[in-house]
Amino acid sequence: MKSEQMREAVMKVLGRIAPEADLASIDPAGSLRDQLDIDSVDFLNFMIGLHSELGVQIPEADVAKLSSLDGCIAYLLSKSAAS
Amino acid sequence: MEAGTLVEWRIQPGGNVKRGDIVALVETEKGVIEVEIFESGVVESILASPGQKVPVGGVLATIRAEGEAPRAAPARLYISPAARRRAGELGVELSKLQGTGEAGAVTMADVERAAQKGIEAARPPIPSAEPQAAIRRAIAAAMARSKREIPHYYLAARIDMSRATGWLREENLKRPVTERLLYSVLLIKATGLALKRFPELNGFWVDGGFKPAEGIHVGVAISLRQGGLVAPAIHDVDKKGLDELMKSMLDLVSRARTGTLRSSEISDATITVSNIGEQGVEALFGVIYPPQVALVAFGKLTEQPWAENGMVGARPVVVASLSADHRASDGHRGGRFLSAVDRLLQEPEKL
Repeated sequence: MKSEQMREAVMKVLGRIAPEADLASIDPAGSLRDQLDIDSVDFLNFMIGLHSELGVQIPEADVAKLSSLDGCIAYLLSKSAAS
Repeated sequence: MEAGTLVEWRIQPGGNVKRGDIVALVETEKGVIEVEIFESGVVESILASPGQKVPVGGVLATIRAEGEAPRAAPARLYISPAARRRAGELGVELSKLQGTGEAGAVTMADVERAAQKGIEAARPPIPSAEPQAAIRRAIAAAMARSKREIPHYYLAARIDMSRATGWLREENLKRPVTERLLYSVLLIKATGLALKRFPELNGFWVDGGFKPAEGIHVGVAISLRQGGLVAPAIHDVDKKGLDELMKSMLDLVSRARTGTLRSSEISDATITVSNIGEQGVEALFGVIYPPQVALVAFGKLTEQPWAENGMVGARPVVVASLSADHRASDGHRGGRFLSAVDRLLQEPEKL
């Protein structure tokens, strides 16, 4: 999967978690939780959504790597390349 | 909450329904809620149309119990159990009521109007306002009533969370993402278990007295990013395991975001729990949601110096606070309740 496709997949899941958010204005390097004002429950739903959408396992130890949009895309691309 | 707008029916006349089915969607000041049915049978008639304003307690449809003969259409007074009960409380004679709902159904508003002004023609419903303004008004009404009527007392206790967070960390390392536990679920479960021993904090102040709740249904405070908050209930918290509670919470928050909470979730909470610590505050002394009699809040998890057995170390610590109605309980019992929450959190594996 290419970076742009991965970005679309992540945005799709984010849209379900924060339906009222303006996803186009996200700073890709900034914290998703801060920018979208999502709490720990929303963030876990986001992780579960990524797992369902992309079939990737996200161990607890890796969660910190997914804190930003860029981080998510890089992590998920690396997982998809490894599988 | 006084009224909502019917969005969609999920049943048809002649169709079968069973207790617990979702029969309609209604938009309220707390978002779109799913209306459940509380008896099984056959849908006899539908009394409201999509887009119509429907009062809380108003009759939306009639259900015929299985085996019951079809009702003779005219003559029967259509009135919901809630409106009938209210009429009894206010001394309003049912036979003199004029229903303004669909097919002449008597609504809660009809009963209230009849009680206040005698039998009068019903006025048209208030035009719907912006949903956010409606949420704000609902919060304003509830909070003003709380501060006006409830003599709050407030208690706080610092709780060492090192065992709970340590256990959680280890547990989550073993779990796939779909089965992961959040820290807040431990807080909710500990609160639910502690309430079993302090029933005076779990229930309602109604008609000048305390009425203990039959179950422990924790209202989880969820702030809505577009403004306002809701506190839908997780039912029977004391009886559910952490995994089941976790699934309930993920589902509840997800549906609160998309505006598809159920009517029973909105109305059934017997106490409220806030995990406002996620917003960075160290403690909250909340305003009780009437007619509930208590609110428990957990502040931010912070690392603090903690002395134990003559040794000082850094521990993750949370401030647990209780806002309680002094008409229903006293500070002594409230303090013991917070101690019970503390003890339960020291043995997270038993939650």
